[in-house]
Amino acid sequence: MAENMDRPLIEVKDLKQYFNINTGVFKTRPLKAVDGVSFDIKKGETLGLVGESGCGKTTVGRSILHLYEPTSGEVWYNGTKVEGKAAIKNFRTKATMVFQDPYSSLNPRMTVADIIGEPLDVHRMCSNKKEREERILELMDHVGLNSEHASRYAHEFSGGQRQRIGIARALAVNPDFIVCDEPVSALDVSIQAQVINMFDELQDKLGLTYLFIAHDLLVVRHISDRIAVMYLGHIVELADAAEIYERPLHPYSKSLMSAVPVPDPKIARANKRIVLTGDIPSPLNAPSGCAFRTRCPYATDACAQAVPEFKEASTGHFVACHRVGEIN
Amino acid sequence: MALLEVQDLHTSFFTDAGEVRAVNGISFQLDRGKVLGIVGESGSGKSVTAYSIMQILASTGKIVSGSIKLDGQELVGAGEKVMKTVRGNRVSIIFQDPMTSLNPTYTVGHQLMEAITLHTNRNRREARERAVEMLRLVNINEPEKRMKQYPYEFSGGMRQRIMIAMALACEPDILIADEPTTALDVTIQAQILELMKSLQQELGMAIIMITHDLGVVAQMCDEVIVMYAGSICEQGTADEIFYSPKHEYTKGLMRSIPSADTAGKKLQPITGTPIDLLNMPDGCPFAPRCEGAMKICTVSRCPRMEINADHASACWMNVKSGIENGTIKIEDVTIQEGGEA
Repeated sequence: MAENMDRPLIEVKDLKQYFNINTGVFKTRPLKAVDGVSFDIKKGETLGLVGESGCGKTTVGRSILHLYEPTSGEVWYNGTKVEGKAAIKNFRTKATMVFQDPYSSLNPRMTVADIIGEPLDVHRMCSNKKEREERILELMDHVGLNSEHASRYAHEFSGGQRQRIGIARALAVNPDFIVCDEPVSALDVSIQAQVINMFDELQDKLGLTYLFIAHDLLVVRHISDRIAVMYLGHIVELADAAEIYERPLHPYSKSLMSAVPVPDPKIARANKRIVLTGDIPSPLNAPSGCAFRTRCPYATDACAQAVPEFKEASTGHFVACHRVGEIN
Repeated sequence: MALLEVQDLHTSFFTDAGEVRAVNGISFQLDRGKVLGIVGESGSGKSVTAYSIMQILASTGKIVSGSIKLDGQELVGAGEKVMKTVRGNRVSIIFQDPMTSLNPTYTVGHQLMEAITLHTNRNRREARERAVEMLRLVNINEPEKRMKQYPYEFSGGMRQRIMIAMALACEPDILIADEPTTALDVTIQAQILELMKSLQQELGMAIIMITHDLGVVAQMCDEVIVMYAGSICEQGTADEIFYSPKHEYTKGLMRSIPSADTAGKKLQPITGTPIDLLNMPDGCPFAPRCEGAMKICTVSRCPRMEINADHASACWMNVKSGIENGTIKIEDVTIQEGGEA
């Protein structure tokens, strides 16, 4: 299949995800959680997806896996479009997810072995009991859990260990692609580093491709090859990880990067933060034109008229801003 | 005299499983107009320290021993009557979660005015004026209109501003901020931190900033305390702690944070998991996870030692290097099993 090494593993084309919200009796309005995002992820690459709460980053991850049926748009895996029940089920053996909260994403009534084994049962991947057991132990070994943990329950573990169980479950079907939805944000700093390293090691060992969703920009920068910045359902900027930190072009990315608290007092004191005024508008009442214009220090009347096009500013650096040429 | 003086504070929770020593003999001082950061992981005792100062511990919690002096006045054992004059008036606290710290059934104005009338002898009209003034101070637009709204009508960042307005309404000497921005987004966090910093300079109060985020500490704090398992590992000025850490835990913490330099490289995590507070070891609580742990670390806890005027640490490694370069004489070091040197 892979005659071309550069062909992306995952292609997302103009993905839209609207939710109907009841606004009165018999009245609904669409909440545009994701409003036309396109990107691709190469094999073995990690794409970081950052943005503030409510920007739609988690929804993107879930829509790709068809946990929500996308309103419109396409998801392509390895050159084939994911469409229809059978294709979706098959796709889910290739693409899995690690969830944010290791406390609520594991069933408290199941043992660790059953949690990790469930995807194997659902997709009938093991022909007999012995094979299943061996596979579970192998997975536990991958994520640094001992075999004696197999018969325990999730509540007996610390946050970091629970996240390891969640990762083992995601690895069970032998996927190529994992959506990691804020996998380390519930963990303490010292534990966070352990889990991040494990993601790195698993990628090297198993050749995995990640979509890494997070709001902690220091973590995303560390783990990602490229980073996409989302705001109110749109991707506003996409570039190489180092590039987007050093030369952000979109005014939102600029303020986001400058707002990261740097753990170095001298830099932190000298750092000129671009503090945005106001809050993120509700996606139910998204501004016309450019979604960011209500908080943008550079907004003009033109920004209210048309949605800015997402175009390449320099090689591999995409940005959606009307005034990108003038303000940089 | 220091504004706040905490001496050898021990706070425990008496649970069915046994005594949990959440705060285990900590001492520090806070001067007027300074920002003190307390950093540590979950379960390190940083919040319990704050709750002990305010004496708002859960019913199973108790200050076992030690002293907390506010402007020379002893608060431990002073009684509820005295504490009522302290809380809100002289020491205020804001909590992590602005979503649950406001009462959803009252308007924001009502809650602000309640705090003001309770702690000062202003009448309702004066309290209303003060409340509006406070909302304006924390940059809330149209404060008169906002007074009549309920908490659900505000975003997370605005609710945290209201909490700050409420905490500052009676001009406290000390503001304790318990993870004030952890529940907020990065750009909103920047707004709130900027606001706290400018209010602190304007009003000249002292802040105790409790956080797990070393980035927030670097941005806000003059002095830093690093806590682990209920004890202070290290304390000193922000520059000393960040640029020349003298405790293995602090060093490990600094190494484990991702940065521009670590991209594409392995992070250096601290191995293992935090210890169980029910089964505290005799020696240094960090010894089971410490790469440099020596024999002495597992049997005896290192006492607090001055590194210089701005820096103190409790780590045997400093004694070791002191002996090696001749600044400490080995005869001067006496060790008691399970106790302090």
